[in-house]
Amino acid sequence: MLKIDNLHAQIGDTEILKGLSLELGAGEVHAIMGPNGSGKSTLASILAGREDYEVTQGSITFDGVDLLELDATERAVAGIFLAFQYPVEIPGVSNINFLRTALNSIREQREEAPLSGKDFLAKVKACAQLVELDGKLRDRSVNEGFSGGEKKRNEVFQMAMLEPKLAVLDETDSGLDIDALRIVAHGVNSMRGADRSFLVITHYQRLLDHIVPDFVHVLAGGRIVHSGGKELALELEEKGYDWIVDAQATEQA
Amino acid sequence: MSAAEENPLLDEFTRKEYEFGFTTDIDADKLPPGLNEGVIRLISSKKNEPEWMLQWRLDAFRVWQSMKEPDWAHVNYEKPDYQAISYYSAPKSKVPLGSLDEVDPELRATMDKLGISMEEQKRLSGVAVDFVMDSVSVATSFKDKLAELGIIFCSMSEAIQEHPELVRKHIGSVVPVKDNFFSALNSAVFTDGSFCYIPKGAKCPMELSTYFRINEAGTGQFERTLLIAEEGSYVSYLEGCTAPQRDENQLHAAVVELVAKDDAEIKYSTVQNWYPGDAEGKGGVFNFVTKRGICETRAKISWTQVETGSAVTWKYPSCILKGDGSIGEFYSVAVTNNAQQADTGTKMIHLGANTHSTIISKGISAGNSQNSYRGLVQIGPRARNARNFSQCDSLLMTDTSGAHTFPYIETKNPTAHVEHEATTSRIGEDQIFYCLQRGLTEEQAIGLIVNGYAKEVLNKLPMEFAVEARKLLTISLEGSVG
Repeated sequence: MLKIDNLHAQIGDTEILKGLSLELGAGEVHAIMGPNGSGKSTLASILAGREDYEVTQGSITFDGVDLLELDATERAVAGIFLAFQYPVEIPGVSNINFLRTALNSIREQREEAPLSGKDFLAKVKACAQLVELDGKLRDRSVNEGFSGGEKKRNEVFQMAMLEPKLAVLDETDSGLDIDALRIVAHGVNSMRGADRSFLVITHYQRLLDHIVPDFVHVLAGGRIVHSGGKELALELEEKGYDWIVDAQATEQA
Repeated sequence: MSAAEENPLLDEFTRKEYEFGFTTDIDADKLPPGLNEGVIRLISSKKNEPEWMLQWRLDAFRVWQSMKEPDWAHVNYEKPDYQAISYYSAPKSKVPLGSLDEVDPELRATMDKLGISMEEQKRLSGVAVDFVMDSVSVATSFKDKLAELGIIFCSMSEAIQEHPELVRKHIGSVVPVKDNFFSALNSAVFTDGSFCYIPKGAKCPMELSTYFRINEAGTGQFERTLLIAEEGSYVSYLEGCTAPQRDENQLHAAVVELVAKDDAEIKYSTVQNWYPGDAEGKGGVFNFVTKRGICETRAKISWTQVETGSAVTWKYPSCILKGDGSIGEFYSVAVTNNAQQADTGTKMIHLGANTHSTIISKGISAGNSQNSYRGLVQIGPRARNARNFSQCDSLLMTDTSGAHTFPYIETKNPTAHVEHEATTSRIGEDQIFYCLQRGLTEEQAIGLIVNGYAKEVLNKLPMEFAVEARKLLTISLEGSVG
């Protein structure tokens, strides 16, 4: 469903992705791990359509469509969701109003009828339960005054509401205590299904104890340098990234 | 590459034409341009005014002649040629109207375009509307119902005929003729406006509403509004404005006076979207308005304004807190885009003891516009335990727009408690991207963020107006992030 081929991208004059290739099938969960500065968050931003990055080479196709031709809104409509590493605050806009506007905007662009108030609220209730989101947080301004854990739960809540085909989780585990981590993982796991794929970007193996991936990739120096099954995560936890990065360097030399 | 080339949306929307840019083709009874005593006598006689009114106007004219147009505001514009303006224009089909059905069909169409189907408003929202089109009040509804409570709501011209003693007693009592250049001009040449009288103890059961509209090319509109709330009474008054698109600048110099007697409360809300001029700053309305209210003991006056229109705005709705325990409030959202300039704020004059005032001002600057908050908080020597809280926030949408804050605080009483908070922020690209990622369009994103920013003020508006105001904010700013 998602195919990234030889992707090169830069911000300003600095090249960050240097020939990244990756393929995700429907219903699969892929984890991307890697050292700081390897380009993990850049990949997430580019998938979501952030314009700060310039793609200089390569392609991304999503369900057979050239993703790079779509703007951020169109990508959301096509079914791409990004759970942000640092969710922003929007003062004065209630979480509920925000989501209703988002959901109905997507529906309108898909030429579907807007959700009735009743159906919307029922959906809110179900999704909020999934991540144990407090009723007060639903009515408060988007992310304003939320703790780190509440922000991440709110991201997963929004994901559940918008039912994407591809969910990109950008370091969703950062800043979470173990309880919050479990709640977030539970939310994600209950959304796993044959027609939904996940790209889980993380720094630590511990998230992958809870969200068990089908594949693990190591991103270093702007490329995928190593791929394996879920056991690769454990190996990385134990040995760090150096052995792969070094091996890669030797190979190239 | 310029920002406009980078962002086709921005380009598209900054060229978006003024939505209300149509004119109504009605025969107008219009004076040739120019201002002298003869013109004032003519206006007064056309309106069949009593002698004292004419003398008041003539005195004002003499005062005005000795005054100079103020230039202390943070705005730049070519001063109008006051001899090139026509000071009177009235639709010719001027017959007394018994019902809405008798209103000129052309005029009805205008109202429809404005989205204020009067019948619908009457039926659905219980709003009594006094529709002012080029200076002469066309139709007033709900009069009978209000009359039962002793409430008078009519045009100023009518009030001068029917209630001369009330007008004579209060006109110029809050905004003296010589207060400023524009108030003196208005006093000399005002053609119409609204008059409202709430008797002792009466609570006005509906929002009173007036729509102003400048229609005739090259005519200034000089409304005069007088609102008197007797002891213990309450009224909420709404004012909305729209002007058709014109190439020359149109002058609007209104005066609004509010009198709140002991324990009375007046809530005055304005949504102003007069033509702001084109993207280069050609055309547009000069909005030079003096609005002021006086509060007697424990009285309260609350000004709420949403200002999105006009090329140049010069406006400071103020409260004189004369009586002990009186309260003044000012809630404002001012949006400027393209080449618009706004210098707006308030004056809270604390004279009585235990007087309180609150100022919440939200400025939004887009395009190449300049947006200034100017406010005075003055605590007099007798105003023991006076309190003021001011919050002035500015939101910048572009690198090329400006936000300015000019707060003045003068206290002559050591027990005063005055707080002032101010912030300036840029609309966050991160916020917009977050919204886009959730499937919102850029317009929706800006609308949502800006409405959230202005929420504290919008919440003060009556329901019917809040909806319109939210739409206006979004329309005025679509595609304006750069």
